[in-house]
Amino acid sequence: MDVFDKLKILTDAAKYDVACTSSGVDKKASAGGIGSAAACGICHSFAGDGRCISLLKVLMSNACAYDCKYCVNRRSNDTPRASFTPRELADLTIQFYRRNYIEGLFVSSGVLKTPDYTCEQMIETLRILREEYRFSGYIHAKAIPGADSALISRLGMLADRMSVNIELPSQSSLQLLAPDKSKHSILAPMGYIQNRIQENSTDMVKYQHAPKFVPAGQSTQMIVGATPDTDFQILNLTEGLYKKYQLKRVFFSAYMPVAENALLPAMGTKPPLLREHRLYQADWLLRFYGFTANELLDPAHQSFNPYIDPKCNWALNHMENFPMDVNHAPYDDLLRVPGIGVTGAKRIVTARRSSSLNFDGLKKLGVVLKRAQYFITCGGKIADGLKITQDAVLRSLMSEKALGMYHLNLPLNSEPEQLSLFEPATQPQLTQEDIQKCLTGQI
Amino acid sequence: MPDGSNLVYRYDGSFDGLLCCVFESYSKKEIPSDILPPDTLQTTLFPAKEIPTELEKSNRVLASIPQTMGDATLDFVRRAFLTYLPQKEWYILMFLRMGYRCGPSVMNMLADDVVNTLFKAVKHLNNETQLLKGFARFSVINNTLVAEIEPKNFVLPLLTRHFCERYPEERFFIYDTAHSMALIYQPYQYAIIPVDNFEMPEPDEEEASFRELWRLFYKTIEIQGRHNPKCRMSHMPKRYWKYLTEFGAPNKSARDNGPFKKISGDRTHLRQDFLLPPSGEPKARKED
Repeated sequence: MDVFDKLKILTDAAKYDVACTSSGVDKKASAGGIGSAAACGICHSFAGDGRCISLLKVLMSNACAYDCKYCVNRRSNDTPRASFTPRELADLTIQFYRRNYIEGLFVSSGVLKTPDYTCEQMIETLRILREEYRFSGYIHAKAIPGADSALISRLGMLADRMSVNIELPSQSSLQLLAPDKSKHSILAPMGYIQNRIQENSTDMVKYQHAPKFVPAGQSTQMIVGATPDTDFQILNLTEGLYKKYQLKRVFFSAYMPVAENALLPAMGTKPPLLREHRLYQADWLLRFYGFTANELLDPAHQSFNPYIDPKCNWALNHMENFPMDVNHAPYDDLLRVPGIGVTGAKRIVTARRSSSLNFDGLKKLGVVLKRAQYFITCGGKIADGLKITQDAVLRSLMSEKALGMYHLNLPLNSEPEQLSLFEPATQPQLTQEDIQKCLTGQI
Repeated sequence: MPDGSNLVYRYDGSFDGLLCCVFESYSKKEIPSDILPPDTLQTTLFPAKEIPTELEKSNRVLASIPQTMGDATLDFVRRAFLTYLPQKEWYILMFLRMGYRCGPSVMNMLADDVVNTLFKAVKHLNNETQLLKGFARFSVINNTLVAEIEPKNFVLPLLTRHFCERYPEERFFIYDTAHSMALIYQPYQYAIIPVDNFEMPEPDEEEASFRELWRLFYKTIEIQGRHNPKCRMSHMPKRYWKYLTEFGAPNKSARDNGPFKKISGDRTHLRQDFLLPPSGEPKARKED
């Protein structure tokens, strides 16, 4: 089997991993070496599905000992198997890197023989790159659940970023679909990596040249749409991960059916791309806009509104905060206005120092007035000829057809009605979901 | 002060030359309606006033910018000069005149038309620089890395530091086909020189096989079920595809063995100080 075949098989097996970022660390080549990294990350290409290609994303091996039902590399799947030798993979990385095809290496692996053996193979690859080639480019290594912590630690000294995939957002889903993994086997290495990062940061204060452990932090990913977990559960889990494990990123991947299994969506089911998109929008709101998961969704509204983005949805339900005046509102409040992003809010704060802003000026700053005009005033005035009602806002954001569907699915002006078991006759439109929650005492 | 509606400056195309126009504008108390680079066709009937480049004058202006407006403003103006904004010279003059009036806060006046136009142009320049850090594709030819790019803005000065830090031990050559300029580097020395008629040589067997491997990787990494050409196009506009290996850049026929062909201009300004931030100023563009 030549390197062409191996690359094809092992790329194909790795493509469902989402993370392809090269951000979070700034460095340049050491003397006699090659490679640098930019904190903002660099995209080198974009695949036909529109995803950024920044790293050479491959598996070390797809000969996996585990049998996770959602995974294309599961033991019981009849698919060609291949493994890179550490030297082959290191050489390929350097040759791609020299030609500026990639920013570095993303190496993951199926469990080849045992977790420890797999981890040793990855360490050897990274050692060749770092020590023989003196490679300073970006390396993202996947921690193999179940590997010895000494090996994880060694891997972390060589890599820039590590990740442990949560894969499924709840313990029950894991039990069902990934019998060889458990919540513990996933969270243990994640906690271990976080502890080492913290230890390392105190070491670096004490010793000037303490080697860095995973300088770009750790990330994780979970599959959306393979199990009945709701957006609310996923977003809460995400928030918990950011807080508890200080993750740099949580990635979501819309489930793409790769196997026929009674427990999974049928083959040919379209991946829930819109849902994935809404989750990413909410993820951004958590990380950069000061929102909390409970503001965006609550037990009564477990799913994102497909018609409106989470921020706009929040604003429409909290019209008491608006309109706010762009010339006076603090930065944190500006961030909550639909149509104003981080860049826009920063520019507004900068620009209003020298002169007061009007709607024309806002447009030049890159504020999306189509959205923002319903939520702001400039010097106490609203935009000319504008009527601020929820209906007007919705009308401007959606087509006539979408608006109709939106109203059918979710009556907008009705508050979530208080459910009472004593008035069952007046609640003819109870949905199955409502009933279930009522019985389990969630309301 | 005359509004200069019938006055046009012509300068030599260098950053120093433009600064001399700023000097002239102040010393003669006049504002030209346009500042023309040397080889443009004149579109007005008014006579163009030739502004000679005198380093004594330009250095005075150069020193005054950080003093009155701060270092960030000078960096911004240098970048603005690299953009392909039509009439960038005139906008820079107007911007500097505002800067002399109101100091560093000129950088905050984002709602002003002149400032806004320049900010947009510089943003485009910065974006294009960032994209080309990723999209430049090297071929290994005679152990030298060779790349061709075709940017709208003159980005080579801004790419210099990035690639020098990335490949400190390599020899490389980045040819900007749009501006007929090239960045050349050998360990610890670089220069930006005018080059014309460069042709990418035929790849050898090893180079061809790595190109093929990359195309294979590119094809395989896509998840077919999520095919989304529109998304790809918005992240990677089609004008960059021409030189991307993954789309099978055509192998041009080789005329000679070496990677370099007919380099004009002198190389005396090879610099040792590449680790300093590259100066934002392009070498004179029209030396040929």
